[in-house]
Amino acid sequence: MIKAILVFNNHGKPRLSRFYQYYPEDMQQQIVRETFHLVSKRDDNVCNFLEGGTLIGGSDFKIIYRHYATLYFVFCVDSSESELGILDLIQVFVETLDKCFENVCELDLIFHVDKVHYILAELVMGGMVLETNMTEIITRIEEQNKLEKSEKAKLDGTPVLIQTYETLDLSILNELREKIAKM
Amino acid sequence: MALSKVKGTLERVLDKNLQDLVRGIRNHKENETKYVAECLDEIKNELRQENVAVKAIAVNKLTYLQMLGYDISWAAFNVIEVMSSPKFTFKRIGYLSASQSFHEGTDVLMLTTNMIRKDLGSQNLYDAGVALNGLSCFITADLARDLANDIMTLMTSTKPYLRKKAVLIMYKVFLQFPEALRPAFPRLKEKLEDPDPGVQSAAVNVICELARKNPRNYLALAPLFFKLMTSSTNNWVLIKIIKLFGALTPLEPRLGKKLIEPLTNLIHSTSAMSLLYECINTVIAVLISVSTGIPNHTASIQLCVQKLRILIEDSDQNLKYLGLLAMSKILQTHPKSVQTHKDLILQCLDDKDESIRFRALDLLYGMVSKKNLMEIVKKLMVHMDKAEGTNYRDELLAKIIEICSQSNYQYVTNFEWYVSVLVELTRMEGTRHGRLIAAQMLDVAIRVQAIRPFAVAQMAVLLENAHLLSNNSQRNGICEVLYAAAWLCGEFPDHLTDPKGVLEAMLKPKITLLPGHIQSVYVQNIIKLYANIIKRAEGQNGLAGVREVGEMLQEKLPIFIQSADLEVQERACCMVQLVKYVLKSQDKDGDTAAAIAEELAALFAGDLNPVAPKAQKKVPVPEGLDLDAWINDPPSESSEDEDRPVGSSIFVTKDNNEGSFYHETAKVKVPDMTPEERTKAKEQRRVDQAHNPNYLKGDVKKSASNTSADGNLGNSVVELDLSIPLRVPGLSSSDQYMKMEQSLRTKKAGKKKRKKRKKGGNDESDEEEDIPQIHQVSTVEEVPEGAEAVSDKEEDGGDQRYKKLDIDLDEPLRPGEILPVRTHRIVPDHKLPEPEEQPKEKKKHKKKEKESKKDKKKSRDSRKEEREKRKRKKQSIPGEADEPSLLKEDHEEIAGDNTPLSSPRDKDMPSRGATATNSTDKMNDYEFWMSSTDAQSPAHSEPQGKPTTEVKVTPVQDITSGDEAKVDTSAHSKKKKKEKKEKREKKEKKSKKSKLKAGDYEEAGGITTPSQEVVDPSQLETPVTAKPMSSYRLLAENASIKMMYETRVSPQRGDQLILSVVFTNLTPHLVNNLEFNVMDTLNTKLSRGMGQASHDAVQVPFVLPAGLSNEGQFAFSVDSLVQPTKLRGTLTYMVKMAEGSTHEKVDFRLTFNCSSFMSALPCKSSEFASLLSSGDLTEKSTMKCTPLENSFDVSLLRICFYNHFKVVEKVEGSASLYGRSIQGHHLCLLVKYNNGEITVDGKSAEGALLSNVLADIKTVLTSDVL
Repeated sequence: MIKAILVFNNHGKPRLSRFYQYYPEDMQQQIVRETFHLVSKRDDNVCNFLEGGTLIGGSDFKIIYRHYATLYFVFCVDSSESELGILDLIQVFVETLDKCFENVCELDLIFHVDKVHYILAELVMGGMVLETNMTEIITRIEEQNKLEKSEKAKLDGTPVLIQTYETLDLSILNELREKIAKM
Repeated sequence: MALSKVKGTLERVLDKNLQDLVRGIRNHKENETKYVAECLDEIKNELRQENVAVKAIAVNKLTYLQMLGYDISWAAFNVIEVMSSPKFTFKRIGYLSASQSFHEGTDVLMLTTNMIRKDLGSQNLYDAGVALNGLSCFITADLARDLANDIMTLMTSTKPYLRKKAVLIMYKVFLQFPEALRPAFPRLKEKLEDPDPGVQSAAVNVICELARKNPRNYLALAPLFFKLMTSSTNNWVLIKIIKLFGALTPLEPRLGKKLIEPLTNLIHSTSAMSLLYECINTVIAVLISVSTGIPNHTASIQLCVQKLRILIEDSDQNLKYLGLLAMSKILQTHPKSVQTHKDLILQCLDDKDESIRFRALDLLYGMVSKKNLMEIVKKLMVHMDKAEGTNYRDELLAKIIEICSQSNYQYVTNFEWYVSVLVELTRMEGTRHGRLIAAQMLDVAIRVQAIRPFAVAQMAVLLENAHLLSNNSQRNGICEVLYAAAWLCGEFPDHLTDPKGVLEAMLKPKITLLPGHIQSVYVQNIIKLYANIIKRAEGQNGLAGVREVGEMLQEKLPIFIQSADLEVQERACCMVQLVKYVLKSQDKDGDTAAAIAEELAALFAGDLNPVAPKAQKKVPVPEGLDLDAWINDPPSESSEDEDRPVGSSIFVTKDNNEGSFYHETAKVKVPDMTPEERTKAKEQRRVDQAHNPNYLKGDVKKSASNTSADGNLGNSVVELDLSIPLRVPGLSSSDQYMKMEQSLRTKKAGKKKRKKRKKGGNDESDEEEDIPQIHQVSTVEEVPEGAEAVSDKEEDGGDQRYKKLDIDLDEPLRPGEILPVRTHRIVPDHKLPEPEEQPKEKKKHKKKEKESKKDKKKSRDSRKEEREKRKRKKQSIPGEADEPSLLKEDHEEIAGDNTPLSSPRDKDMPSRGATATNSTDKMNDYEFWMSSTDAQSPAHSEPQGKPTTEVKVTPVQDITSGDEAKVDTSAHSKKKKKEKKEKREKKEKKSKKSKLKAGDYEEAGGITTPSQEVVDPSQLETPVTAKPMSSYRLLAENASIKMMYETRVSPQRGDQLILSVVFTNLTPHLVNNLEFNVMDTLNTKLSRGMGQASHDAVQVPFVLPAGLSNEGQFAFSVDSLVQPTKLRGTLTYMVKMAEGSTHEKVDFRLTFNCSSFMSALPCKSSEFASLLSSGDLTEKSTMKCTPLENSFDVSLLRICFYNHFKVVEKVEGSASLYGRSIQGHHLCLLVKYNNGEITVDGKSAEGALLSNVLADIKTVLTSDVL
């Protein structure tokens, strides 16, 4: 099981926090701080596994992280997860972000934390790995984005704009219908 | 467009969205809290508005603020409002926020049940997806109970995306609502073989999580997982399964034996490091659980260790880390194998990475030997000096002590060195292990008698330099060593050279800054020292100095009387009085003075032995003592002050102010005691005291060691001590011993005699090195007499949550054990559809379970066939094509069940009627799978594996690979083909590697559930609208019995053919005494039991109740197969009617055409080409026909299915096919399709076979019914 997924920058500012076990807000902050403290003092060329986070879990738990440019991606997992597997998962996560945001950078995560959550939800659900196939993940995310856009189009549709949007709207809907039918 | 822009900006001006909030917070770095407070006010306003869009934006912002640590639980209701929006966009925002902020304590969660149910059932795929996702984070027991059924339904959704999520969330449901586990388990198990890899992976994931907590309940799934492991290519799934096996093997050693080979193969073949690593881990787990009995046991260990070495040597730090981690597991059971890589591990101690150093440290414990202990410790101490961060330093310190003290100081050869190490360790700053060092000092000095002089001398130095140590007076700090030092000096004062000096050091005023328990030891030992000084002085007959000492004590001891610590105070008071008394008596004449010295010394006489751990616990309860019995009559229940201690109340009234509760109880007790009881109590007290480590005893157990050499040794120590310059005067350095040891070792040959060998007969018989231990460790530990060898294991309480999931899954479902279904609580007579659904649901579960069981046994009853027909029919109906509703299917099944006449599926009913047999059957499967470690007797699988369908033990035993044969030809459904194919591929692989493995795979296959959904991918490519195909053909039929048959062959047995016959009883009576007989020909003979003549009939080992059918198998031995064989036979049987039984018979003709002996083995096109060009296939033949089916694909499928060929390549309008007879004849076909006509060109080495097969093909293509 994955207990928590944290993303924070080189200064420890949280960019995403996803706990799969309930902790009150102040505790969550403390965990983020502690994890940052543990992770940040490590060189880049040391291994990506860390034991000894006292706040989450205990002896059964490991911190597995990767450091990309300005961001740390940290997964707190228990012993049922494969260490190398989780490292791969982090890579998949980051690559997916990269695809979805087109050259992802910290700013994307800062301003679109909700989207990052939606992407993450396609990888991990309730602390268990849901999908590791990137094409599948991206298809799902794109379909959801389309759905969102189509809804937005309807919402924004003031009378003046109906003409422009309706065509668009329909085509998207049709596409969606086709896709759903195919499944 | 322009307008929308304007509108957009307008909106922006009015409402802040998430981006604006983030931007705002970034712009207000200096007063963030104030800004956020403003924003929160705005959000509250927005939430009050009617517009859902505005609310959604507000909730989205709240989610962000939650991440920053703000409590947003107050907005829970608004979150639910947004969740309930019909728009996906808003719903998603709502669910995200809920998943971040809701938890079990969120009270509004109970409002969400129906909303979530609606979302789960939504037409929109993503609505349901988002709901599942959210639910996985905030599911509560109530939600789990209410929604379990809806999630179960989603598990059979046609969309893999939903199935996947539904399967995964079931784990959370089980955690919250354990009652759901049993009803849901069959379906979950089914999903292990889902055609979608994602769903499969999710199911594996869930079961692995479940099994991790309660592995025993999932042992029965081992065969299934085994099959998955050998067939899956998804590394994620493999890793999970392999990890699961690692958890299962300790419970079932036989499993380990089975696993070792496939795992070793994986280790050799995989390129994925993650998989490799997990394989090694599980192999290690296997090797730990089964220490013997595995062939190539040592080879497996060697392989693991070698692979791990490669990992550790890798430049990737991650692999290095994991390698060390796995290595430490091997170390526990196979230290020798690890020791060979000592160099590597020591190297890792120098790694820059702390995680790696920690792991290497763990391993060190197994690396030490007498030879290298000093070296390693030295290295660790150097590390300690360099190390930053007390954490790592403490770890190092603990490690040093651990490796030195392991197994009774086994590797410490020179205790002077070790004591010096301990003393050096006291110089480490800020350690938290002061107590540990102190305990070691005490332990060493007590147990190694010979070291006492040296140790005491060192302790004296420590005491004199107490100021260096006492700075750090925190708990467990280094000052703790003073406790040990003071006690040792006091306990063994004879070894002190200058007791007076030590005494003075112990009376320094700074001592009062030490923790209380240390001070009390000080006080106590000051007096012990004092007693010793007086005694010594008497020996020299000079009491003058002694008096000074006494006066000094009288002057300085009172500082302890002022101590805040009670014990210190008490002891100090006592001691002051004692000193006064001594001084007084010294003032008198000489005789009393002399006597006082002895008396004083007598106070502290006696030796101490170490007490075994938990000695107190092991004191046996004396006979006749009932610890649970009341000592006094229990106070009457009605008494109001029953809770008050009895003693205190009586005490207050009677005794005014003195004494304590204990006195009082004693007083109360005494009158009740009979003289016997009193003696018993006395005896008890005596025993207790004898075992109490705090009581000094009269009789001293001398340790076995020879103390005569003590003096000698003491001298040499003193010499050493003085000759070497030290950092702290008087403290010896551990290095000197190391150098000494080294020089000794180099000169060993010459100076063997000069070594300090003090123990006479106690030479170490250690073969690898003959470094003698200089000092002997006393292993005497005090254990109470009569203590039983009680295991010291302590059961630890696991998580309650997981305990609840410890449920027996094999036991069949009880009636009424179903998932709660939503019902309307309205007028009872007005039935709504929902309540009706309930029994169906139940049935469905049951059915599922039955099915899976049935499948396990691979009974290929024709019921399935029927079902498949139905399914296929459905598929061919254009409108219904895509969604074969499972529910519908179940309806049909149920209907089929209720028809009185024998839908063939009922045939198994009698044997399954009783639930008990059911589970035992299953158990047998598992047991059987486990027990068949290798392929010695795959045939035995038959009798046990499918007890109901097996014909007769004898004929089948002849069939050495019976089930293989079955798998191979049979296939009355297309689906079987896939399995078949897999099998063959495996077999191919296997035969390349080793024949022995055959059994493994067969058994694995034998147990598996041929999933209904699995469709051969190759068939997916060609859109098939063919009629259902079944290779079961009618053998004979009369008014009372019907026989359908199919033939099966195995490529491993070239001389054998299995005939599988389904007998169906068409009468309303019982049919028994079935006897099957065939007239043998020269070429083909029925295999009969041992000792039976060639014309004897074979008894069919079952009876057929009315309307049921069952399947029997008969083996035929075949010499030549190039010609079709026709056989005549008879079946005789008895029909038992009420009036009496009649004997009946039915004749039949059997045809084994040449295609029956073909098996469709996969062939690569390159192999195919080389076969054709090899020139071996000399015979050619051609066949032309006009097939009934006007489709090339269908015709091709029919050839493949009925004639057992495999498509090698297929291009537009033509295809090449390959098949091989069980005797190894290759047959290559080229099939062309042109304007409704099919031409088949064949090539083979055997002309007759080829032309016969071609004739068969023609029949297959042109005739409708076979």
